[in-house]
Amino acid sequence: MIKLDSKIPEGRIQDKWNIHKFNMKLVNPANKRKYEIIIVGSGLAGASAAASLGELGYNVKVITFHDSPRRAHSIAAQGGINAAKNYQNDGDSVYRLFYDTIKGGDFRAREANVYRLAEVSNNIIDQCVAQGVPFAREYGGLLDNRSFGGALVSRTFYAKGQTGQQLLLGAYSAMNRQISLGTVKLFTRREMLDVVLVDGVAKGVICRNLVTGEIEKYSAHAVILATGGYSNVFFLSTNAMNCNATAIWRAHKKGAAFANPCYTQIHPTCLPIHGEGQSKLTLMSESLRNDGRIWVSKIKGDMRDPNDIPEEERDYYLERKYPTYGNLSPRDISSRAAKEAVDDGRGAKGQEAVYLDFRDAINRLGENVIRERYGNLFEIYETITGENPYKTPMKIYPAPHYTMGGLWVDYNLMSTIPGLFVAGEANFSDHGANRLGASALMQGLADGYFVIPYTIGNYLAGDKPSYVKTDHEEFNKAAKEIEDMTNKLLSIKGKRTVDDIHKQLGRLMWNKVGMARNEQGLKEVINEIKELREEFWKNVNVVGDSNDVNQCLERAGRLADFLELGELMAIDALHRNESCGGHFREEYQTEEGEAKRDDENFAYVAAWEFKSVGEWELNKEPLVFENIQLATRSYK
Amino acid sequence: MSWFTRALNSSIGKKFVMALTGICLILFLVIHLINNLTLFGGPELFNTVVKNLDNIKPLVRVIEIILATIFVLHIFNGVKLWWENKQARPQSYAVNASSENSSIFSRTMIYSGSIIFIFLVVHLRTMWVAFNFNPDVHTNHTYYEYVSAAFREPLYSIAYIIAMILLGFHLNHGFQSAFQTFGWNNKKYFPLIQKVGFFYSWITAFLFALIPIYFLSGGGQ
Amino acid sequence: MNTNKLNLTLRIWRQKNSNTPGKFVDYKVSVSPDSSFLEMLDDLNNDLESKNQEPIAFESDCREGICGTCGLVIQGHPHGPIPRIATCQLHMRNFKDGETIYVEPFRAKAFPIIKDLIVDRSAFDKIQQAGGYISVNIGSVPDGNAIPIPKEVANEAMDAATCIGCGACVAACKNASAMLFVSAKVSQFALLPQGQPERYERVQKMVKVMDELGFGSCSNTYACEAECPKGISIKNIARMNRDYIVAKIAKEEVV
Repeated sequence: MIKLDSKIPEGRIQDKWNIHKFNMKLVNPANKRKYEIIIVGSGLAGASAAASLGELGYNVKVITFHDSPRRAHSIAAQGGINAAKNYQNDGDSVYRLFYDTIKGGDFRAREANVYRLAEVSNNIIDQCVAQGVPFAREYGGLLDNRSFGGALVSRTFYAKGQTGQQLLLGAYSAMNRQISLGTVKLFTRREMLDVVLVDGVAKGVICRNLVTGEIEKYSAHAVILATGGYSNVFFLSTNAMNCNATAIWRAHKKGAAFANPCYTQIHPTCLPIHGEGQSKLTLMSESLRNDGRIWVSKIKGDMRDPNDIPEEERDYYLERKYPTYGNLSPRDISSRAAKEAVDDGRGAKGQEAVYLDFRDAINRLGENVIRERYGNLFEIYETITGENPYKTPMKIYPAPHYTMGGLWVDYNLMSTIPGLFVAGEANFSDHGANRLGASALMQGLADGYFVIPYTIGNYLAGDKPSYVKTDHEEFNKAAKEIEDMTNKLLSIKGKRTVDDIHKQLGRLMWNKVGMARNEQGLKEVINEIKELREEFWKNVNVVGDSNDVNQCLERAGRLADFLELGELMAIDALHRNESCGGHFREEYQTEEGEAKRDDENFAYVAAWEFKSVGEWELNKEPLVFENIQLATRSYK
Repeated sequence: MSWFTRALNSSIGKKFVMALTGICLILFLVIHLINNLTLFGGPELFNTVVKNLDNIKPLVRVIEIILATIFVLHIFNGVKLWWENKQARPQSYAVNASSENSSIFSRTMIYSGSIIFIFLVVHLRTMWVAFNFNPDVHTNHTYYEYVSAAFREPLYSIAYIIAMILLGFHLNHGFQSAFQTFGWNNKKYFPLIQKVGFFYSWITAFLFALIPIYFLSGGGQ
Repeated sequence: MNTNKLNLTLRIWRQKNSNTPGKFVDYKVSVSPDSSFLEMLDDLNNDLESKNQEPIAFESDCREGICGTCGLVIQGHPHGPIPRIATCQLHMRNFKDGETIYVEPFRAKAFPIIKDLIVDRSAFDKIQQAGGYISVNIGSVPDGNAIPIPKEVANEAMDAATCIGCGACVAACKNASAMLFVSAKVSQFALLPQGQPERYERVQKMVKVMDELGFGSCSNTYACEAECPKGISIKNIARMNRDYIVAKIAKEEVV
């Protein structure tokens, strides 16, 4: 049993972070350069943490498997970043952002963390503007906002449909500044394969050099994982090809509890699958829902061209079911509604797709306005599908997109392994059971710029961790284990390719641990995953050798971890006998088909402790709501 | 090295030298062309113009030295850049689609330039040397007669015309390119620069080429 | 959806590592027109793996045209013959049945080949590290709306900032010049008020490192702009030239 101490500070919710900042110990400026910190991952959370820690004077090593830090998948976020600036005078406030996020997360997030997130959101915007992030402007030269799903205020800052790119390049540039000053050292094309613990405390990592194949050892006083989410367990997701769970999973196997693995977000507006060879799914920004109307035919099996379906035969199902929020209903609700329509046999031209239609917006605002707002998204759509969305409604369908679950962390973002911090999507902290649009960027940067720099100082000054050199036996042991695993993978020489097995896992996960789950399916899938895992270790074929670029080997290692994580996701989904946010259990729904939460029994964080492969122990962190009353989430 | 030579040795510095010397040469060509066009005015006019120039020899010599320096800088820098740029891609592509992403004029500057250079050497030898040192031409001021005789030589004239076509190539890219290098590219005036460059290049090349055509086809008899 | 498959010959550059010479190898594939170019390569690799042959090493990540990881020279065009897209957005419906398609890596001295179609573009990071940033500390900044920026200036800066750092400009340029890439970042900050304090220092630092890394210089052929997946304008190069000249003539020299 792990003791889960969330370390939530005392005081009113508005004061907690301030009180905590005051109470935290500070590292003497002269001593900072004596501390080494490893950051794995160079996305928003990793790059911003590297920039701020480097700036404070720590010695930072940034490790990424990409060829450049700028490739991290934060770059693909399109829509925007939330902040409680209230520039639009529409009644926004820190408290409202806090409230919306808790409610959007279906009351499964920690209040104190979310409040802090809302509180620092404004600093993020200021910081990014100062770094030269070219946010969209109004004619008067001030910052422009747009609205987003799950909110009735306009609080989303954006840079065309490329907000993630611009924010990441901002963090990347801040990190580059530190690299030029020598405080940050960059190690690219290196994949972290293990955390090294000495006496139970994180002291470094083991990496594989993806060019030479060498197993490398890195030591530090503290380690930060900012390695993103695990949606690629589904094989087809909107995540980048190389996104994986290996870093957090290996940390989990070394003792870091994994929280709420079943909370996965299915994004409602992605491009439908074209066929077997599909390698990934493409997201269309949720911002499209500001002006696009979502509908399907009222008639089952309607094979007509969408433009031939008259107005009265169209079912604008989101507007019908959720009149207040309509097309801007939160992601989980929109996704499920799309699935219902398709399951009802009313998918677009019989496919797994629904229409996202701009006809009315074009009539109302003119094509130019729509082009200015969404031009690049429309171009992407046309490039991929060969159809012109100005003329024909877009076809969209939900796809796995984000994982709210992740390594359990306390208020300081430290995992259950002392000295191992987790930031961004890799942790579980802020989004509960469902993340609102434009909140992922906010969280990544909040963690990196404004939270970790304080809390890591507190750890270093308080715990005074020792420094262990890489010739320590624990490093050698960990490196040896990785070498053994590599050799094992290369020696199986079976019949099935890595992708073949991954696709099979993905189908299992999508069908039974996807948008809607049920007890029977989950019980089945747990066994099916176990079997598939066994097959993997007997029958996979990893071509090539270990002392060279070997992408097959890289993918195999990641799949090995997904095959374990998938099972835990199913176990978590099976144990959570309620529906909440991204986790929808068919047995637990209202008569109208809405998610039915069970606050009495499940208002807790499920933090799973790894015992052995296929065996976990559940630890619970109760969620206490002192400020926001638990209520049924309604967007009607 | 001083700040000046350091700046000129940078990649942008070298381009700047190319652009600046190029613009000087473009201006020189205008004057040269006006001089040449007086050939159409007959022997008297042309010979008088050249004679007048001969009367201010010291000044002409100074200008010639400046001009030669500019030529040398332009050629030396051009060849140097070409060589360095070649080193930047040691292995070339098997398939090259450059015709679909750039103009032939821009890709062939080193070739058009080299041929113009060869022409320049021949031209200096036949014209400049004769005008300055050939006692027949220089002392008797029979410039027109010398030039027209030279141009009635078909081989020389055709080579001259080809060189002028390549001059058009070279200028067509060089003119607007120089402005781009200076940083004078904005959406309002750059299209105008490109147009002016286009007309300047081909009109200049055409008018220069008109002279051998004129004499070859029996003009000025 | 299209069910007619295309039969193609892929002539792909294979090279073990930077020290071994490479060569073209032919592969016959049959592919759906709805498939993307990289999905076709995935399929081919899956085939090769099941035949116990080494798959073709190529890089890609987001497959949405924004991360800049992918980059192949296809039929002589970086990112393929369709303008304004990255390799990952290229779909097979743009090719004809029976075609032979050349697939090569980006070729430049500054981008050494690591394996097959993978090149090392870390030179770009080094240029950015030289000065591609605004020196502001975390936390010590004014309110976001304290600096009004005209909409058109913000838009122009955004257009420059759209660069995905893929290196297609270098691959397309006959001189393997990195001017478009460098100028995009220089321009973004030269346009914005936040970038003014370091404007002339930045351009000198970035150009200096660019020159040292073995890129060629700009011949104004504008091939970079034509092949850039994001349509970054060569006006950025002009702006950089201007700033550089001004910096060298009138501002403090950065050595």
